[in-house]
Amino acid sequence: MVGLAGESGSGKSTIAHAILRILHPPALITNGQVLFQGEDILEMDEARLEQFRWSKVSIVFQSAMNALNPVMKIRDQLTDVMLNHGLTKEESAKRAVELFNLVGIDPRRLDAYPHQLSGGMRQRAVIAIALALNPPLLIMDEPTTALDVVVQKDILEQISSLREKLGFSILFITHDLSLLVEISTHIAITYAGEIVEHAPARELFENPLHPYTLGLMNSFPSISGSKHKLTGIPGSPPDLVSPPTGCRFHPRCPKAMAVCSQTVPARKQITADHSVSCHLFDQYQ
Amino acid sequence: MNIKKPDISPILDVRGMTKRFPVGVFTKSKQVYAVEDVSFTVRRGQVVALVGESGSGKTTTIRMVARLIPVTEGKIFFKDEDILKTEPHQASLEYRRKVQLIFQDPFSSLNAVHTIAHHLARPLIIHKKVSGRQAIHEKVCELLETVELKPAAEIAGRYPHQLSGGQRQRVAIARALAVDPELILADEPISMLDVSIRMGVLNLIERLKEERGISFVYITHDLASARYIGDQIMVMYAGHMVEGGESEAVIGRAVHPYTQLLLSAVPNPHAGLRTDKNSKARGEVPSLINPPPGCPFAARCPQVMDACRQAMPEQIVVEAGHWVRCHLFGAGGRTVKTS
Repeated sequence: MVGLAGESGSGKSTIAHAILRILHPPALITNGQVLFQGEDILEMDEARLEQFRWSKVSIVFQSAMNALNPVMKIRDQLTDVMLNHGLTKEESAKRAVELFNLVGIDPRRLDAYPHQLSGGMRQRAVIAIALALNPPLLIMDEPTTALDVVVQKDILEQISSLREKLGFSILFITHDLSLLVEISTHIAITYAGEIVEHAPARELFENPLHPYTLGLMNSFPSISGSKHKLTGIPGSPPDLVSPPTGCRFHPRCPKAMAVCSQTVPARKQITADHSVSCHLFDQYQ
Repeated sequence: MNIKKPDISPILDVRGMTKRFPVGVFTKSKQVYAVEDVSFTVRRGQVVALVGESGSGKTTTIRMVARLIPVTEGKIFFKDEDILKTEPHQASLEYRRKVQLIFQDPFSSLNAVHTIAHHLARPLIIHKKVSGRQAIHEKVCELLETVELKPAAEIAGRYPHQLSGGQRQRVAIARALAVDPELILADEPISMLDVSIRMGVLNLIERLKEERGISFVYITHDLASARYIGDQIMVMYAGHMVEGGESEAVIGRAVHPYTQLLLSAVPNPHAGLRTDKNSKARGEVPSLINPPPGCPFAARCPQVMDACRQAMPEQIVVEAGHWVRCHLFGAGGRTVKTS
């Protein structure tokens, strides 16, 4: 499970949408490759994409509560995707019951309309739809942001246990770093459209290197331990129409140097699995 | 962080406040029990955090305190004055000056077609704080500097869309400060802001409390930020206040099963995801339309007893400055044991 953390406007969701090639025009993927099991998603044609989406990579959207069609029964929304991917009616009906059991909703609720379910149940239904074809990769774009903390915890536990049982991978997108440290194995921190640090979750939590990551860590009050003053990060996220030159974080960075406003820092590998893009670490390779 | 001064007089004392909304198209036969029998005290220069999930009645509570909606039952004492008696129909201008509100969404609480200066000048003029163009301009700049928006003169001329969310929320705070309030009701002031700027706003509230002795009621669903800023924490569930007291006591020695559930659900990077096999408190907040008698948490409570379904327990003091409303404690229940 890889976590992608950053503030609003830092490009988290754009990355997710680019992976599935569902960016709305005029957005264009101008450069790069997205390799999925050795195949470049950006090179796929429409027919291949259609078959690829959902069976290989599915997505749970941010506003999952509104992602369901209000005038269709949950059952139809669930079987729709399976019928489109070549399952028979009987198979998909059976699978629908299976999926509801999997995410912990009474299968009798399959014939409910979305408004008849609570927010937490709707979210579970959306996760069931995402799992319909057993995809090896699930992208979750802020799946619990709109939910209360108790329901959020329930759903996260469920996702974790499903992942262990079914063995799929998750790309988990959120602005809540404390949540990611808890549930994911690796974390990438995004700022103003760039990934600034990438490390295993524990390592990132115990040894954050980028000043932005440090600032984020300093932005979450803790529920346990001693109380100390937290500073957050001064200033506000930049306007991406005209991003700052050099390192995009330099106007807010407490450790900014002359070089930071001029050149974009390259990504440096600090240890085998910990990389950071910051001029403070220029001595590393 | 908070130095307790024991005989600070209460500025706000809410007793048995209740709000019911009639529902049903023609008959108005049903009622939503939005807030039931809520009591709490805010002392001068204190931050009281109201914590609860959505629909627990936090916002309704402070809307009643601000007199934006009428109170169904109960009393509000503001500086020892029973304001529902002295100002029964509408709050006086003076009360509205002393009690100010900050809303959750800084994107909709400012008027898009007016400059920041306009927003800050309005309360100054309505409440006759200063007069004269020059004096108003100076006061506006002073207010912006108080909330750390610089250069003040330049910000004053801008429109809301030219500011970021955090800056807008600071303008909302400046607007509340314009009339020298004694109590500010802040309704989830940081939940819509980017995480990196939330602490700045919280620290500003902390500073205003310390420098100006302003009292705050801080509404949040986030226990960690309630602990960070609150001198006292009150936990609400389905319209009832179930536990409250000094914030360290409520967080460190929570006794109500609901508070314990909330605490276990807060992401804690130090511990990792703990799967509580014992926690049977699944489910969601119950419907507030004509709810059954008894404790609202009974349906989800892992330690539910017969008594819980019959009557809402009275407030029981578990230790100095820490109370709970739960049948597990007090007469008939088990002795006070904190976990």
